[in-house]
Amino acid sequence: MQKYTRWSAILVVLMLVLAACQSDGGGDGSEAPGESADASQPAESMGTGSAADCDADEFGCIEIAEGDPIVIGTALVITGANESLGLDSQWGVEVGASLRPNIADHPVEFDFQDDGCSAEGGTAAARALVSAEGIAAVIGTSCSSAGVPAAEITSAEGILMVSPSNTAPSLTAEDTHEPFYARTAHNDEIQGAAMAQYVCEVLSLSTAATIDDGSPYADQLANVFAREFESQCGGTVTAEEAVSVGQTDFSGVLENIAADGPEILYFPIFVAEGALVTQQAKDTPGLDDTVLAGADGYFTPDWLEAAGDAAEGHILSGPDLAFAGDFYEAEFLPAYQEISGEDSTISVFHAHSYDAYNMVADAIEAVAFTEGGTTYIPRTALRDAFFSISGHEGITGTLTCDATGDCADAKISVSQVTDGAFERIWPEE
Amino acid sequence: MPGRRPRLNLVNLFLWGLGGTIIALALIGSFLTIQQGRLSIEQWQSLIVAGIALGSVYALIALGYTLVYGILFMINFAHGEVFMWGAFTAFFTASGLANAGILESSPVLAFGLTLLSAMITSMVVAILLERIAYRPLRGAPRLVPLITAIGASLFLQYTARGFYGSGVRAYPNFGLFGGDIQLGPLNVPVEDAVVIVSAVTIMLALYVFINRTRTGRAMRAVSEDKDVAAMMGINVDRIIVTTFAIGGLLAGAAGILYTLLFNQVHFFMGFLPGIKAFTAAVLGGIGNVIGAALGGMTLGVLEALGPNLFLTGYGIPAPNQLKDVIAFTVLVLVLIFRPSGFLGRKEST
Amino acid sequence: MDPLLRRAIVTGLLGSAAGMHVGLVGMLASFQRRETIADYISLGSTLPIVIAVIIGWRAGGPMRHPHLRPAGTQALVLGALAGAAMGVALAAFAIVITTLDIRWILANASQSTADVLQYGQGAGLGSAILILSSTALGTAGAALHVLPGPVARALTVGALVTLITSLMEPFLGAVLRNLSLQVIERFLYARGGLTVVGALIVFLLVAGATYAWATRGAETRRRYAGMPADRQRVGKIVAYLALTGLLLLLPQIVGQRLSEVVGTVGIYVLLGLGLNIVVGFAGLLDLGYVAFYAVGAYTTAVLTSAASPAFSPELPFWGALPFVIIAAAMIGLMVGTPVLRLRGDYLAIVTLGFGEIARIIFLSAWAQPLVGGAQGILTIPSPLPFTNHPQSIYYPILFFCVIAAVAATRLASSRVGRAWNAMREDESVAEATGVNTTTFKLLAFGLGAAFGCLSGAFFAAKIGVVFPQSFDLLVSINALALIILGGMGNIAGVVVGAIVLVGLPELLREFADYRLLIYGAVLVSMMLLRPEGLLPSRIRRAELHDVVGDDEEMYAREAGEETGRPVVSS
Repeated sequence: MQKYTRWSAILVVLMLVLAACQSDGGGDGSEAPGESADASQPAESMGTGSAADCDADEFGCIEIAEGDPIVIGTALVITGANESLGLDSQWGVEVGASLRPNIADHPVEFDFQDDGCSAEGGTAAARALVSAEGIAAVIGTSCSSAGVPAAEITSAEGILMVSPSNTAPSLTAEDTHEPFYARTAHNDEIQGAAMAQYVCEVLSLSTAATIDDGSPYADQLANVFAREFESQCGGTVTAEEAVSVGQTDFSGVLENIAADGPEILYFPIFVAEGALVTQQAKDTPGLDDTVLAGADGYFTPDWLEAAGDAAEGHILSGPDLAFAGDFYEAEFLPAYQEISGEDSTISVFHAHSYDAYNMVADAIEAVAFTEGGTTYIPRTALRDAFFSISGHEGITGTLTCDATGDCADAKISVSQVTDGAFERIWPEE
Repeated sequence: MPGRRPRLNLVNLFLWGLGGTIIALALIGSFLTIQQGRLSIEQWQSLIVAGIALGSVYALIALGYTLVYGILFMINFAHGEVFMWGAFTAFFTASGLANAGILESSPVLAFGLTLLSAMITSMVVAILLERIAYRPLRGAPRLVPLITAIGASLFLQYTARGFYGSGVRAYPNFGLFGGDIQLGPLNVPVEDAVVIVSAVTIMLALYVFINRTRTGRAMRAVSEDKDVAAMMGINVDRIIVTTFAIGGLLAGAAGILYTLLFNQVHFFMGFLPGIKAFTAAVLGGIGNVIGAALGGMTLGVLEALGPNLFLTGYGIPAPNQLKDVIAFTVLVLVLIFRPSGFLGRKEST
Repeated sequence: MDPLLRRAIVTGLLGSAAGMHVGLVGMLASFQRRETIADYISLGSTLPIVIAVIIGWRAGGPMRHPHLRPAGTQALVLGALAGAAMGVALAAFAIVITTLDIRWILANASQSTADVLQYGQGAGLGSAILILSSTALGTAGAALHVLPGPVARALTVGALVTLITSLMEPFLGAVLRNLSLQVIERFLYARGGLTVVGALIVFLLVAGATYAWATRGAETRRRYAGMPADRQRVGKIVAYLALTGLLLLLPQIVGQRLSEVVGTVGIYVLLGLGLNIVVGFAGLLDLGYVAFYAVGAYTTAVLTSAASPAFSPELPFWGALPFVIIAAAMIGLMVGTPVLRLRGDYLAIVTLGFGEIARIIFLSAWAQPLVGGAQGILTIPSPLPFTNHPQSIYYPILFFCVIAAVAATRLASSRVGRAWNAMREDESVAEATGVNTTTFKLLAFGLGAAFGCLSGAFFAAKIGVVFPQSFDLLVSINALALIILGGMGNIAGVVVGAIVLVGLPELLREFADYRLLIYGAVLVSMMLLRPEGLLPSRIRRAELHDVVGDDEEMYAREAGEETGRPVVSS
């Protein structure tokens, strides 16, 4: 036993020492700042800058040799139950690259990673990208649960990360946001409030009930809606219920809600459960006159198909793509169809990821400079350039980034299912 | 054995205390809820009917578990997947028929074909399971076939996912089962009625089969004592295959009825119903056919009523989120207090 | 028909069924993205190749009922026949899926799947190549029976190791780059797969070494046994030192990204060691192990995070650890007590239920005031606050893995371990001989809970946030699969299992997609072919292999003879 104690003590000390003296293993991170000191002309349509900027920059510069591609990483959920969300966003990014194949006169390449829609998946994806050679920026993550740890990792290395679909408020809240993280997706606060506003002002309803499915997204939306509903219209929330993903029989929860007869039932959940709740609500006697409402979680054609006739009259909130107009129909969609092989879009955040790509490209072109054939992109300057984007005309609206990373054009619209199709009803165009 | 009792007393006390507390909490909760009086009688009735309908589906699946357990003394973990495969095939049959217009023109024929395809697929999957995964391991230590079953379950689930995709598929509407019918004071949706009646019919047919036919008698003999049955000249292997096949047929039928109620198929849909059906089988007494039926109905009703009845009285936020906890708690309670179930043989588990 | 002939054809058709299955789940098409041998053989094409060799080997080998053993050329013919059968069936399959459009049912019955089978050469030429190559590969597989033992073994091991080296490209490539051995890396690998030259060199080296070991290995072993005792001990000490050094310097060697993977593997090794005690030692099949994992993670989160909803003592990680152990003991008892009187299958289902109950409660709105519900708990501090380097968490994990391994080993050979053995073999008999099963079962659950909770605590600290989605059945299945693969009741087995089943999907995204399908296939095949695991302990092999194996082979091996059979057989 004595021998063991002695050996273990030695080992523990060794381990502590090694842990404390960790060097940066594996490629990455410490790119050498621009080497030439001679005042060479900055090239073409790019930012002016010089070696000094790279030295001064806390995280140094990304170096891209002449003719080499700029590598943009993505961390989206491309496998598993939520793969349609991530694949859809990834295709949106690829459409961006197909319509704008060069940034700063370099071709664009991608490093696709999977965020698994979970905290550990986000961590793994972020680590993979951080340790890969010279990622310029990351577009990701899909899910907020993956976004929280991933943002921390990328910000620690000075890599700009822009999410097309993270909606959790904590990611851009004053005290919890990471400096190199931004998003083009709307904050849940905004969408929940928008629905509450519609219900209050246009429909003038006074009682509501909510159902969420235990995901951070739905839980947050339901909470925000309930809170806004009460404060804006002084309405009463009769029930805040929850169900599980994969559940099929909702009679219990619906009967419970029906007991109080709310005027609107808001369930911002996903396609599978959303379709079933829609159908079963129609069969629940106490909910005959209740308006059924949802959010962009099932604002897709396959929900319409799954819910069938029961979907008629249903209202849903979602990003207002009316802004998109001709460009969306004429150029984006055909490119999307070609890249994905799908007949129609399979989720709702492809437009946000497309805008994210373009904004990242703009920011890169604003700060990148070339010396001796090599292009340098100072990391902090890139971040600053991105965060100062204002009035960018994208598919999802006019985007302006604020200090904490919310760039989305807070345009939420409400649509209604009329004759088996989505029809935008608010706000008036 | 007189020597055993002192040692178990502490444990027994703890268990009885635990079980007693749970039941007491449930009763108090029910009392409080009824006092609150939020739900009307019609609503409770509607929940009970829905519970019986779902419970009948559980019962059909539970029969598969109970028949196999009676003969091989193992839980066929992959039985939920047998159910799922039947439902998926039914989906494609129905979609195909819908595309061909047969769904519109002769819905009854379409329904019949769909039912048949589901039952046949489930039967084939069950037979393959037995042949490939279980038969080679008949003499192995308990752990081995159990792990094989888990592996087979995973394999079947993810093969379905690979073949058919991970999305949820909406089932085409047969248009036969809409609306409600009045049964005295009860307002029963036609869907639920059809499911209950079909399930009960199938179970009755099974009962007759087991008790009145030669094969059924052979099955009972094999479940009593495999070796003696073999000595009597019964082909034990064939009986085992027959048992799996029948379990499969029942699961396939359950698949159709389930999709009638819920209109969706998904590769993971067999997991929870499988576990709950097993709970039902244990509740009714594993190895007992009538027990499985009763157990299924009971579990279905308990699940439907459970969250609203036991939990809303306490003012817990979102009580319906804890619905699945009810099913598992029932399982634990049964296994603590009466491991042989309602109608089971009194033997140690 | 001659039974051997019939078996050959049936085996061939079974092989084609496997090929069709693999194609229809989409593996063939998606594995195309990775090269086994760069520019020549993709991973997708490797699948039918491997299947063809295996069925050839099977068809040309001895048969048990009736007892037949094909002669040399006969074996080759049988192998060829099996291969041909497989080739023809697969060729027909490829043609069917490209002519009939059944993609609305089977999304992967597509041109890309057919392309893999037809080597991209279209229906005519591609089918011909497929049939010819399958025949040739089947013959090669059967040839393994005809060639002298050591040669066959050398070829098999060589091929296997070459394949593994190719799959390990993300790992080995990163390691080589990290150690500044880019020269070797560029020599071995290109575009994600092995270079032709690299593959040849690896194959020849390994095959040569295996051959040498097979022919001269016995002699070397005898000489080693004949060496004086302290020389032997020096050898052992050197080996241990080397291993320790390797483990301590692992994060430096593998680089940042792989340290992440190694950390995850470490957490699962810890989980596996804990589950090993419950399942492997005590024989209690616990399918709800994730409950302990979740309790450990949430306890840590609640006690250490500033964002903890109800009360935030903000203890340091090591301060929270005793509470984690206490919580582990409590929940171990809570889970263990109700299942004391349950056996086998019932135990499994009930523990599964507990695992699900734990997940539902952690997710629920009811428990939200304490554990954060769907929004989880954020900002969990790292265990080593003096270094903010993410790789550093590897060391505490390693430390506890070692402790767990040592504890498990000592337990296994102690009185407790013997009691567990007895319980596992036959509970009633154990009771009758005076073993207090209650105590030992609870002890097993308690210890299992301790390691599970510990592992959960590290998970929380490593990721820095806890969300309830991370604690589902998959974790329990993962842990179970890895101890089954590695060998129940065996420490080295747990490590191997963790590396293969957790590390590989992290490294190769192609495998990540099909992770659970592979787990299912692994579990079933292991139980059918080698239930004692890849690295079994002596007891285990005797316990499990008797029932499902080739007895005469086992006896021969125990007697120290070289049977000269390829290593892949049991």
